[in-house]
Amino acid sequence: MDDEAGRVGSGAGLRSAPKTPPDLGLAAEATLPAARGGRGTAFRLSRGALCSLPVGLTLLLGFVAPLATVAAYAFATPKSFDVFRSFTLVNFAAIFDPANTVWQSFAWSLGLAVLTVVALAVVAYPIAWGLARSFGRWSGFISVLFVFPLFVSENVRLYGWTLFFLKNGVLDGTLKLVGGAGPEVLYTPGAILFGMVYVYLPFMLFPMTLGLAMVPKDLVEAARDLGASRLLIWREIELPLATPGVLIGMLLTFVLAVGAVAESKVLGGQSVIVITHDIEIAFTYAQNWPLGSALALLLTVIVGALSLTALAKLDLDRILGRR
Amino acid sequence: MNQSARRSNFLIWVWTLFVLVLVYLPIVCGALAGLSKSRYFGFPVARWSTEWWSRALESFEVQTIVKTSLAIAFIVTAVAVVVAFFGALAFARYDWKGRRLYQKLVLLPIFFPQPVLGLALLLWFNAVGIQPTWQTAIFAHLVWIVPVVTLVIAIQVYGFDPALEEAAADLGAGRLFILREVTLPILWPGVWSGALFAFLLSWGNFPLSLYTTGADSTVPEWLYSKMVAGYTPMVPALGTMSTLAAATLLLAGGLIAALLRRRAAGKAASA
Repeated sequence: MDDEAGRVGSGAGLRSAPKTPPDLGLAAEATLPAARGGRGTAFRLSRGALCSLPVGLTLLLGFVAPLATVAAYAFATPKSFDVFRSFTLVNFAAIFDPANTVWQSFAWSLGLAVLTVVALAVVAYPIAWGLARSFGRWSGFISVLFVFPLFVSENVRLYGWTLFFLKNGVLDGTLKLVGGAGPEVLYTPGAILFGMVYVYLPFMLFPMTLGLAMVPKDLVEAARDLGASRLLIWREIELPLATPGVLIGMLLTFVLAVGAVAESKVLGGQSVIVITHDIEIAFTYAQNWPLGSALALLLTVIVGALSLTALAKLDLDRILGRR
Repeated sequence: MNQSARRSNFLIWVWTLFVLVLVYLPIVCGALAGLSKSRYFGFPVARWSTEWWSRALESFEVQTIVKTSLAIAFIVTAVAVVVAFFGALAFARYDWKGRRLYQKLVLLPIFFPQPVLGLALLLWFNAVGIQPTWQTAIFAHLVWIVPVVTLVIAIQVYGFDPALEEAAADLGAGRLFILREVTLPILWPGVWSGALFAFLLSWGNFPLSLYTTGADSTVPEWLYSKMVAGYTPMVPALGTMSTLAAATLLLAGGLIAALLRRRAAGKAASA
């Protein structure tokens, strides 16, 4: 907060503060209110606040209000639609009832998400390193190749994996040609994990690349010249400096994997019930919106608490502006 | 570069190419299934046929959902770009009191499970008495896509020197004139990439559409419902077509973005 306050005072543009000499910055600030602010209204928004209004309004109406509705429904009488008219904790009591097995869905979702994050960290790190350091002019092209699948509907790609692993599918058919048989992978928790790692790869890769791009090359070289081993350089320089990006990637993939549902449906059959599936069932077949809302609220609280704690530690200007 | 660095570099290339093959493998499998003649997919493909492609193209149902998907994607793109342009200026250009909080608020919808967001929107529409149709899906897409586009444009804004705007103001240019002649031309590549992202993400989105389109249906929804029940090879055929359409658009958009970037670089240098 302190550095921000310091910058606010020194000029209109946040980038201009360190670049221009201080007297010039003050001059720019002096001209701005005179040129822009002579409306004479009692309540005037700063330009930044004004620009944030459309986005703010969208998020207020499309994000905050819906979540508030979920919260309201979570405290309504079960199997009813009298939201805002009744208040009860029955839905939460039902969830925490030991006889209820919904905790298993929570456990599966959280467990699969943790495994996804770990697997993705291992899979994506070398690629991110290559993109940030060694691919040179190929970096842009390879990035596009990794971005593109984001634009293809998730279930189309997951269905492609079903066709690959299916009996008589691409894998099985190929192995049969050489006299083998494909392994039984479909409809197992392993297949779900595989699907999650596959779908969420870009969400780990790009924040990680941003993070690694923030590590100054000369610092690494200096350490090498001073005789540091590669492991030492990695542990003492590269990893700590790349942490913000890596952390964003981990947080993003964890949150998305906790809320994932398509992987367990398309690749997992009914072998594992994830929490998002339970929520959907409560809303659709069971027509018990209050129970579904209570589950969704619980998930939101877990995800939200985690995101907010992690985001509070990050300086977005540094990461996105690469400063 | 010493020997060990060269070797690890080589290994990184091999690993990257291996992962890339895996990334595209299921898409290729879908293409194979859509082009094989038999109703149930088997590999190796015994007989090839474009029958499922032409049947998908001729189906009235498919034509309707493609139109719906396109309409949603176009409107989402138009609205998202305008909203996110100002959002990005607030994100990266100006220093203002609530900025840190705002930056985090913008990220939250991206860091949120989409199926849950879709259900929450459905509840909210219900609470205020709005019947879900494809128009409500536009709004649902915006909630997720506006933050993404804001970030995309914000990255461009970070590289923008505000001194250019200030210089124009000192020379007596009005606010709108500065926006049109200075700010927009420099940020144009970011705006263009943002538009591309908006369109493609809306075109491929499934979880938000599922809950918010009501009786209408989009391409990803139709594919999903047919995968679950009533499979025909029209599913992988349409899936492949949708992928090819997105690839073409990305290619064309990428070329234009490269062109704009070159022009913007020229302008910034001469300014």
